[in-house]
Amino acid sequence: MAEQQNTRTIDKVNASLKRRYATERRFKTLGLGAVVLGLLFVSMLFVDILSKGYSAFVQTHIQLEVYFDPEILDPEGTRDMEAIARADFRQLVREPLRQIFPEVTSRRDKRALYKILSTGAPFQLIEMVRANPDLIGTRMTIDLIADDDIDMLVKGHIDRNAPADQRRVNDTVIGWIDRLDEQGLVATKFNTGFFINGDSREPELAGIGGAVAGSFYTLLVTLALSFPIGVAAAIYLEEFAPKNRWTDLIEVNINNLAAVPSIVFGLLGLAMFINLFGLPRSAPLVGGLVLTLMTLPTIIIASRAALKSVPPSIREAALGVGASRMQTVFHHVVPLAMPGMLTGTIIGMAQALGETAPLLMIGMVAFIVDIPGGPMDPSSVLPVQVYLWADSPERAFVERTSAAIIVLLSFLIAMNTFAVIMRRRFERRW
Amino acid sequence: MNTAENVATEAVNGTKVRSEQGSKPLDSDFETVGEVRVPNARMTATDVNVYYGDKHAIIDVNLDIGKNQVIAMIGPSGCGKSTFLRCLNRMNDTIDICRVTGEIKLDDQDIYDRKLDVVPLRAQVGMVFQKPNPFPKSIYDNIAYGPRIHGLVASRAELDEIVENSLAKAGLWDEVKDRLDQPGTGLSGGQQQRLCIARTIAVEPEVILMDEPCSALDPIATAKIEELIDELRENYTIAIVTHSMQQAARVSQRTAYFHLGNLVEVGETTQIFTNPRHKLTEDYITGRFG
Repeated sequence: MAEQQNTRTIDKVNASLKRRYATERRFKTLGLGAVVLGLLFVSMLFVDILSKGYSAFVQTHIQLEVYFDPEILDPEGTRDMEAIARADFRQLVREPLRQIFPEVTSRRDKRALYKILSTGAPFQLIEMVRANPDLIGTRMTIDLIADDDIDMLVKGHIDRNAPADQRRVNDTVIGWIDRLDEQGLVATKFNTGFFINGDSREPELAGIGGAVAGSFYTLLVTLALSFPIGVAAAIYLEEFAPKNRWTDLIEVNINNLAAVPSIVFGLLGLAMFINLFGLPRSAPLVGGLVLTLMTLPTIIIASRAALKSVPPSIREAALGVGASRMQTVFHHVVPLAMPGMLTGTIIGMAQALGETAPLLMIGMVAFIVDIPGGPMDPSSVLPVQVYLWADSPERAFVERTSAAIIVLLSFLIAMNTFAVIMRRRFERRW
Repeated sequence: MNTAENVATEAVNGTKVRSEQGSKPLDSDFETVGEVRVPNARMTATDVNVYYGDKHAIIDVNLDIGKNQVIAMIGPSGCGKSTFLRCLNRMNDTIDICRVTGEIKLDDQDIYDRKLDVVPLRAQVGMVFQKPNPFPKSIYDNIAYGPRIHGLVASRAELDEIVENSLAKAGLWDEVKDRLDQPGTGLSGGQQQRLCIARTIAVEPEVILMDEPCSALDPIATAKIEELIDELRENYTIAIVTHSMQQAARVSQRTAYFHLGNLVEVGETTQIFTNPRHKLTEDYITGRFG
């Protein structure tokens, strides 16, 4: 009888086994499919951005021998920097072009010829003279920044075979560039300007320096405010606050705050910090304050989770030897929760770094050329810079947008990697 | 593992035990069998009731903890023995829903007095927990933590001495003296528990409470701890909760049997184990339930 019962059970088990394994296989396949799909999208994004953006890290230059003509720069020989800076440096860069292309005589052609150089090229010379006034009267071969259209042509982003009226560079100019190229005067060099310049209407002069500085000051303000406030709030709520209806309400609200659309925080910042408190527009200080509001819930939730994960046995051990609540928390619980809190903070910071919408509301979307020197100076931030450039019509801004995204993503990946490393390094077992 | 919650669930589960066993439900009129008072009491509990929310976990318990004695508290799961132990140094304060009424005196001081500060109380009434819970710090810092926060020492040399003495008393000194700077969590389970005992005695408490100190340990480590408890009795008053009746018989002088929140019987350990007077006690120690 008992044996019969046994066989029955095993038969039933065997009968259902196939179905059970089939379910498992289905689930595994679906899971794997989801992962593969996710990876596919991520790699598509990366391939797209990298392929569009990598060329922005080099910049086309045209090598010309410039004569720092004292007649033009300093006719009176005073060596007065103020006066020199006002001199017509354009003559300096136009002269060698005229020498290379003596056949270009008409006014229109000349203008087109001069336009192969960036409007920033004369400023290059001004900076050089400013740094070293002894250059006046000497000759020197200088890599002058080419115009963005020429840059695009050299990088192959402009189709030479397209009908003339459908491309930005006409055949004459293409002929000039080819001639310069034959003489070895066209060079592509690493684009330092992209990293140190502020924004510009001229793509070849535009850089992310201002945006990076703006992001830096904004995040500095955010970190300085949200980390202490968030951690203190988490410690109070988790360790000291009585568990009652009020603390429940606070908890629910913190969780809700984490889900509030970020643009709402932007509006709040505009109404509070700018209109009510009169803080300056477009300032990283205000951006930092707004992002603090946005980051706080993330940090509080992560910190509370970290505090919760500290085993109660540690608290009891400390209380058992007569430590006060404060001592228990600050000598034992917080140090053990710190890695989790820091991870939460870094992830919150990474979120803040990538945030755009609330900053639009407080004027950080303005076109700002100067690199901010502090949190009160008007500035932009990296994601907003991406937004601004993505809006610009010039072909050269396409690659710069992608390049700015690459820089932004590298910062984000670096921060997240740092968070992972920290978590690994400080993870303790008990 | 949340010990506090365990105590609470254990207490709540008590209801289930009650119906399962079908024994006569006990109530507040219950009279403890045996002598609850002793002449040289260190701690005195009078009419102690503990509630976890609505659950009445301990009902009118009267019990003395005798000086330089080991008292063992035994009973089935959920009987309230751990809860009672945790009342003795107000560890139950950490559980929000827990409410204690009645009077517990340490010498002549009511420890549930509103004006009483729990910090000095816990320095006087130390506790060793079920699971070894050393701080994730060095062995030295584990022991030195208590004396440091209480300001018991003036110099490093004095602290060194306390650390050495405490570890020696806990029988751990010879095993760890060469690696005091290594983490306490790296020791074996039995060593960790002795480290916790050393940490407790480093602040020179008067009473030591032990909540199933050997339940996570192997027999060899258990034997060492039991030996240690026997030695500590000379200088300290000890209350120990245990699930092992053999352990209670080996280490204690008095034994208290708890059942569903009632203190059923108290007496000399030898008497409880050889000649229990209450039917429930007899059933429990003969293994009929529990």
